[in-house]
Amino acid sequence: MKYFLFTLPIAFLTAFYFYPLGAILQTSFAGENARAVGEVFSDPYYARVLAFTIGQAALSTLLTVLAALPAAFIFARYDFRGATLVRAVTTIPFVMPTIVVATAFSTLLGPRGSINLALMQLFHLDQPPIRIMHTLTMILLAHIFYNFTVVLRIVGGFWSNLDPQLEQAARVLGASRLRAFWHITLPLLTPALLAAALLVFIFDFTSFGVILILGGARLATLEVEIYRQTVNLFNLPIAATLSLIQLACTLVLTLMYTRLQTRLARPLRLRPQAMVRRKLSSAREKILVTLYLAAMMLFLMTPLVSIVAASLEDGGSYYAELFINRRDSIMFVPPIEAVRNSLFFAAATTVLAVTLGLIAAYSIESRDKRVPAFVRLLDAVYMLPLGTSAVTLGFGFILALGSLRASIALVVIAHSLIAFPFVVRAILPILRSIAPRLREAAQMLGASPHQVWREIDLPILTRAVLVGAVFAFTISMGEFGATMLVARPDLPTIPLAIYRVIGQPGLANFGQALALSTILMLVSALGILAVERLRVGEAEF
Amino acid sequence: MLELVNITKQYAGAPLLHDISLTIHAGEIVSLLGPSGSGKTTLLRIIAGLEQPERGEVIFEGRNLRGVPPHQRGMGLMFQDLALFPHKNVFENVAFGLRMQGIPRAEIRARVLETLELVGLASLAQRDVNNLSGGEQQRVALARALAPRPRLLMFDEPLGALDRLLREQLVTELRAILKRIGMTALYVTHDQDEAFVIADRVAILHATRIVQMGTPAEIYHAPANTFVAQFLGLTNLFPAQIRGDGQVVTELGEFRYASASPPGDIPLYALIRPERVRVGTTGIAARVEECVFRAGKYRVRAATERGAHVTIETEDALAIGAMIHLHVEGVELIQASGM
Repeated sequence: MKYFLFTLPIAFLTAFYFYPLGAILQTSFAGENARAVGEVFSDPYYARVLAFTIGQAALSTLLTVLAALPAAFIFARYDFRGATLVRAVTTIPFVMPTIVVATAFSTLLGPRGSINLALMQLFHLDQPPIRIMHTLTMILLAHIFYNFTVVLRIVGGFWSNLDPQLEQAARVLGASRLRAFWHITLPLLTPALLAAALLVFIFDFTSFGVILILGGARLATLEVEIYRQTVNLFNLPIAATLSLIQLACTLVLTLMYTRLQTRLARPLRLRPQAMVRRKLSSAREKILVTLYLAAMMLFLMTPLVSIVAASLEDGGSYYAELFINRRDSIMFVPPIEAVRNSLFFAAATTVLAVTLGLIAAYSIESRDKRVPAFVRLLDAVYMLPLGTSAVTLGFGFILALGSLRASIALVVIAHSLIAFPFVVRAILPILRSIAPRLREAAQMLGASPHQVWREIDLPILTRAVLVGAVFAFTISMGEFGATMLVARPDLPTIPLAIYRVIGQPGLANFGQALALSTILMLVSALGILAVERLRVGEAEF
Repeated sequence: MLELVNITKQYAGAPLLHDISLTIHAGEIVSLLGPSGSGKTTLLRIIAGLEQPERGEVIFEGRNLRGVPPHQRGMGLMFQDLALFPHKNVFENVAFGLRMQGIPRAEIRARVLETLELVGLASLAQRDVNNLSGGEQQRVALARALAPRPRLLMFDEPLGALDRLLREQLVTELRAILKRIGMTALYVTHDQDEAFVIADRVAILHATRIVQMGTPAEIYHAPANTFVAQFLGLTNLFPAQIRGDGQVVTELGEFRYASASPPGDIPLYALIRPERVRVGTTGIAARVEECVFRAGKYRVRAATERGAHVTIETEDALAIGAMIHLHVEGVELIQASGM
């Protein structure tokens, strides 16, 4: 019976993922277009693009994990004032549309950026001392900035329930702090680390806005190349071939991941966080944690603060502009309406993505050997939308779902499709960690299967579901690539509105973009804070 | 009340339980005693409906339970790891089963408090279960299992994780509580002391079968085979032959065997209980190898000249290496166990 749960998510994926993808392939590979494949494989340019795509993603992932691991440890093991707030703040970069992140980094670190200007003034230089615009360094910085919270949330969430006695046992057995970490904690964390690294890698692999703006004309990933071929050159066969290569890469990654995960997973006894966390004790601990958190906040906040500061430069007039439809055409609406649209789409996406994700997680939860082989494959299938570029998805929607073109449901569906794998990933590990004994105990006390779910699974899953909901909500708020292609012109989202005004010349327009970015930042930050507050009241499991 | 008929279960291709038949009467406490891995937990889970046997029936109050899901069996189970719901407090844990029965709120409250009173936890109703001591958690688990008034209450080594003193205290208390409310219970354990204290009757599980069932006294006085004897700590077992004249021949010497007909053609062992051996001036010569003080007496292990080890009890300490003479007052003959 349980095995049939998969039909709902699979039906959704078939209609809104496989079918549009099929439409792209059919359109592009029909007849003589097939020679595009030969062109892609014979031209060394595309090989360089692929190599750069993989290289920058690997380096970005490694640096992100290294940068965020101490944060995961600190938030998992220490109890200090403001922890909830600080952790909520780290999520904000992830919410930002890539276009805003890119803009923020160029306004901060570009040749005319605030840091360069300040340094030039301070040391009386004629040239900007930091010249990393359009370099790999800039891309790496933006990627770490963007994905920091993914590692912090996934690894930290797992770590915060890991029994500290295991590490203490190792310490008592004579292991130094470092060895205990290396031999005990790290191996136990591995599934969570892999899960986080995989997500970050796939993210960086399909990164679009950041590379397009910060990479300049020289540095192109597959995703940027697909976009250029589609929109600038209208070379659909080439774009489709590149999409296929990208899809093949992410599919292989996903398969590798699921195999690794089943091999590494071991039943863990989860502990309530209250038993795991402790206060900062020694002065050395306090100094190290404070220094790290200060550096982290500086890195994660400066680009955002610079946007807020810039948006207020003109004494708030940028915000007043948001309520005015300058162009006075039906295609343009007062930018403030975009905020309302985004909130509506995000709420609908959260409901749809969490429902689908929960069902999907249940359909692959069992690790019983008797589970049919195809069910074990589902895990990889559910991850597919992650590895598919947003631009490709949106384009597929237009080709395949033309009849739904005018429906606002299309945006919600597209956002849910993108958020869906995140929800599954957020729920699955906790779902698998619920001890079967708890369900059996409830059964023995007279609970029907439905009651077992409501009384045991649901409350314990609440936290994981909330994490999934935060992801779904924030992804919807910030989604850019697919929305560009499927949103109705009269119902733009915040990122779309930003893109529109940024595309228009003039300082006032850029000011509006900064003002909208600030609003998006605030809305998302408030949403996350609300969820974090809600979580405190819940039992911490 | 509960009747198991020919329960058979395989585990990973090997037989785990073979043709297990067992009856428990209403109000009786039966203990299922066996070493770890003997399948006793599996048998309990089969009764609970959490696992299905390959063959055999579970008859409960005259009704065959085949196909009846666990939550409709009206049984309670206290798990080895307790499985307290970590997201509910003490009160909510105990109230859970009552809520599942759809009992009105006010009555649930009364019954939870009454049950907590019974196990001596009335003051902890609002506490978080994660912050209780081991003994308190046991009591919460017991209260939770008792509250819905199951018609059969099962225990899966519920005291395994506790220290010995607390275990002895709790097991005595548990028996008192179960008897006070007239509960029918099945108690699974690998600890012979625990089983003998709590149970009216004990079933000993070994090598896929129940090898003996009886009251603690019956089992102690007439162990069914060498496995049971060893499990009870009776280690003076020596291969024995019966001669035509009725004399029992062992490596320790010859003994007269009082009982009428010696059992069939299964290999026999002579069991010598420590209290039936006396140290004297004549008898079997042996050298003292070990002497420990236990329960008011000295437990002495000695080796005969032919290398056989005998354990005896003495009032006084004996020097290691000293030569003594053993006088055996009587032997019992028991069958060798299958394995």
